[in-house]
Amino acid sequence: MIDFFKKMFKPEGSSTTARERLRLVLLSDHLSLAPDVVESLKLDLIAVISKYVEVDEAACDVSFERQDSAIAMLANIPILAMKTRPPAAPPPAPSAPPPAPEPPSSFGTPATAKVAEEPVAAKPPSTPRRKRRRRRAAPALGNAAPAPG
Amino acid sequence: MHDVQAEPLAAPPPKPRGRAIVITSGKGGVGKTTTTANIGAALARTGATVVLVDADVGLRNLDIVMGLEARVRYHVLDVLESRATLDEALVADKRVATLRLLAAAQTREKDDVDTQAMHELVKSLRERFDYVLIDCPAGIEMGFQNAIVGADEAIVVCTPEVSAVRDADRVVGLLGNREKVWLVVNRVRPALVRKGKMLSVDDVNAILRLPLLGVIADEPGVIVSTNKGEPLALDDSSPTGAAYRAIAGRIAGTDTSAPTIPTEPTAMQRLGAFFGGSAR
Repeated sequence: MIDFFKKMFKPEGSSTTARERLRLVLLSDHLSLAPDVVESLKLDLIAVISKYVEVDEAACDVSFERQDSAIAMLANIPILAMKTRPPAAPPPAPSAPPPAPEPPSSFGTPATAKVAEEPVAAKPPSTPRRKRRRRRAAPALGNAAPAPG
Repeated sequence: MHDVQAEPLAAPPPKPRGRAIVITSGKGGVGKTTTTANIGAALARTGATVVLVDADVGLRNLDIVMGLEARVRYHVLDVLESRATLDEALVADKRVATLRLLAAAQTREKDDVDTQAMHELVKSLRERFDYVLIDCPAGIEMGFQNAIVGADEAIVVCTPEVSAVRDADRVVGLLGNREKVWLVVNRVRPALVRKGKMLSVDDVNAILRLPLLGVIADEPGVIVSTNKGEPLALDDSSPTGAAYRAIAGRIAGTDTSAPTIPTEPTAMQRLGAFFGGSAR
């Protein structure tokens, strides 16, 4: 009896599952088929973060991980040092990354450097919103799969 | 969805030579060969000259679906490797005077086909026929490349399944810039869609975003016609045959109606089928 009511009020068939699986699998396909998009995303991320802290650009890594019901973006961006001053209100064009890491000055004490080596990762708690944004962006990549087979 | 449909319906300007259209899908078993046979038969029935090219080298099937397997003497590779002339290798259809078949080689492999030679073959077929329909093998390897090389237009066949849509999406990316890339959604079961147990045509095309050429129901008539080797498109009493004929009309630019989604059979139709209706 309870099952009957459950069925009545839950008309979702397996096509909902199919839609959801399709969405995820295509998002994942498109990400892996569009390395240039991922690369420019990474560069933009670095540019934004570099406004506040000095990062080790060579060691930056952006990857995607399939979780149960979503795809998470994982950014591993090692921080070398704080910037001495926060950026001015109207930010300058972020296209050009800042000059190579300045020689550590006031912050260059060994203790600071050690802390800085720890990677900062965008981990699950913050991902859901980010994921959703990526998903919506995904259809734009639809069919854009020029990578050779 | 509806705005994209308007696009293919504009009457194409008369062209100096025939059109080469590849029927492809990525995934196997979604109905490429049946679609090729039926669209070809429907186009030829209107008087257009049509040649069906089976590019599935190693797994020849189009001749079976067309019911022409007994007439095949030479195949595509015989022509490409100069063991037979094109005229010797073209098999005339039993029913439609303007329809021809160029069979695939059964005992060879896909890598045996020279891509450039295949391109040349399709070019020369376009000089002689209004439509060159190429039945593409499953997969995205050499056989796929050989099948698409000469085609300006493509029809992507997809069934309402996660795997088929995923593969179709990949294939659309690989097809690149063609003059036209259409979608046929095959094997739709209206009752399952209504119950939410099958992806709908809109679900499929929300991903693929192609101009919709037609929707074909999953119905016994298709299997029966394959058993007999008689394309449904030539059966005036079959609703699925009518759907194939409408597809042909949209390709030719003579049918400007939007594709209809198959409906569930009525109680009377089901009763008729129960007492041994037309589909045997």
